[in-house]
Amino acid sequence: MYLNDVIQFAFRAMHGARTRTYLTLLAMAIGVASVILLTSLGEGARLYVTQQFSSLGTNLLIVLPGRSETTGGMPPMTGETPRDLTLQDVMALQRSYHIKEVTPIVVGAAPVSYQQMEREVMITGTTASLFSIRELRMARGQFLPEQEMTRASPVCVLGHTLQKELFGNASPLGKWVRVGGYRCRVIGVLEEEGVGLGMDLSDSVVMPAASAQTLFNINSVFRILVVARSQEVMEKARQDIIDIIRARHEGEDDITVLSQDALLSTFDRILTALTYSLGGIAAVSLLVAGIMIMNVMLVAATQRTAEIGLLKALGAPRRQIMLLFLTESACLSMIGALLGLIFGLGANQVLQLYFPDFPFQAPDWALWSAVGIALFTGLLFGLLPARHAASLNPVLALSGR
Amino acid sequence: MIKLDHVSRTFQVGDELVHGLDDVTLEIKAGEYVSIMGPSGSGKSTLLNAIGLLDQLDKGHYFLDGKDTTELSELELAKTRREKIGFVFQIFHLIPRLTAAENIALPLTLAGVEHDERNERVNTALKSLSLSDRAHHRPDQLSGGQRQRVAIARAVVTKPLVLLADEPTGNLDHASGVEVIDILEALNQQGITLLLVTHDTELGERAQRIIHMMDGKVLP
Repeated sequence: MYLNDVIQFAFRAMHGARTRTYLTLLAMAIGVASVILLTSLGEGARLYVTQQFSSLGTNLLIVLPGRSETTGGMPPMTGETPRDLTLQDVMALQRSYHIKEVTPIVVGAAPVSYQQMEREVMITGTTASLFSIRELRMARGQFLPEQEMTRASPVCVLGHTLQKELFGNASPLGKWVRVGGYRCRVIGVLEEEGVGLGMDLSDSVVMPAASAQTLFNINSVFRILVVARSQEVMEKARQDIIDIIRARHEGEDDITVLSQDALLSTFDRILTALTYSLGGIAAVSLLVAGIMIMNVMLVAATQRTAEIGLLKALGAPRRQIMLLFLTESACLSMIGALLGLIFGLGANQVLQLYFPDFPFQAPDWALWSAVGIALFTGLLFGLLPARHAASLNPVLALSGR
Repeated sequence: MIKLDHVSRTFQVGDELVHGLDDVTLEIKAGEYVSIMGPSGSGKSTLLNAIGLLDQLDKGHYFLDGKDTTELSELELAKTRREKIGFVFQIFHLIPRLTAAENIALPLTLAGVEHDERNERVNTALKSLSLSDRAHHRPDQLSGGQRQRVAIARAVVTKPLVLLADEPTGNLDHASGVEVIDILEALNQQGITLLLVTHDTELGERAQRIIHMMDGKVLP
């Protein structure tokens, strides 16, 4: 029997039971489309985070207090608190040859008010260096002045959103705002920008690190951002940081230095795992669709008992009848998978229109495996009905028993 | 052509063993026109199914065209059915979603006959049974007599040696029934061996040879 005859026979049979065929195709299409949509959500999240990280610049090292690694065993009962990082530590780091720029980050939340308007926002204490490290742009005025890190000058820079909320369209430059119990003069407004990894500066006040420390009454620094001179000396810069801080902390290694790569690869691993598990969840619907195909083909084998008897009488051997039935279930799953592919990719395009910032992109492996699993389940679950059909007794089948 | 040698076939019906065929010995020569008659349950259809290789035998040997069929594999049995035997059924057994021409082409399609040759043979069959204008009608658009003619065309399009007809007139009115029998007899005239199962004595007695059956036995 020619292959195109087999396929034509399958299509005729599918056409003969239209409602059932359409419902099965729908189930398969939904299965494949859900795999594509869910994995592209996961993959999109991964790409989104990766993009956010790369906007930080590639030579960046982040220093945080405390060791992040665990070496097992009980933590000491006395409670070993890591030494805080201080502005003096930050200044000490500037001495390293491999380090180009250093800036401290002090964060906290405080109410900011101007006249009757008040708003609780995030306060970022830092230095002029943040401007180039984060590649910020000013809408008005200037950023924090280049000055001694420990000087707590009463100036501040407002984020775009905060400026709008407090001042509307009026220029805030030169105006005095109250930040917690502290008064400072507005010297600049940041340009509107996208969200930069956990630091949304658009609704915040940026002030000198020392001013922020005074405001929150602390001596410590939340993070230190370090820019190495080049990509090649990243490792040396990291070693310098560890050495300098150890010397200042009486021989204790109580800091963690993260490079962007380390952060990136961690997020990459987490989000890739997320994508896989989303794909796995969606694959369950493919399995359900496969079982539905089995169901439909079993019904078809029962309804077409007489036809199977006839095929046998006309000289079709067992394996030919199996072939006919398997082709039918393969066609069902294949067409369903293709429809799902079109539907899933189309939905991706539509979502992309509505959320242009978020990259909806199904990974290639998801496309292939969705279609592959669809075909595989179609064939696997088509096997049982096909065997059932092929093993019918022709005499009984012909008499409709 | 057909030689049954002490053939038996029993069925389990509930607790009872029923003898479909009980030690039947029979020989039918090529080109013969045989009608098999008897009351229902006498084993006529079982005999026909056995000759058509649709049913397995419990005992005895069945030689078709000089070959012992009792030792053939499933694949060889299917091949023999395809090449040597044509079936005509009481309820036609046409596939409802296929047109008349496609139904007739079905055994050729299954056998993997090439497209052009298939069309040619189907057209010849359609013409000889004066069905040419009905080629693209589906079975539900045909009358009973036309349906049975399509079924006969399907049975003979493979040029079988033996044509087995199980109550071919059972679902037809008298006129169409006679017409169908005329067609079968004409085919027999052309050389095909014709076995006709019927309980209509008037039709049955038109055959050259009549086999009477009772309780699975052939009556002398």
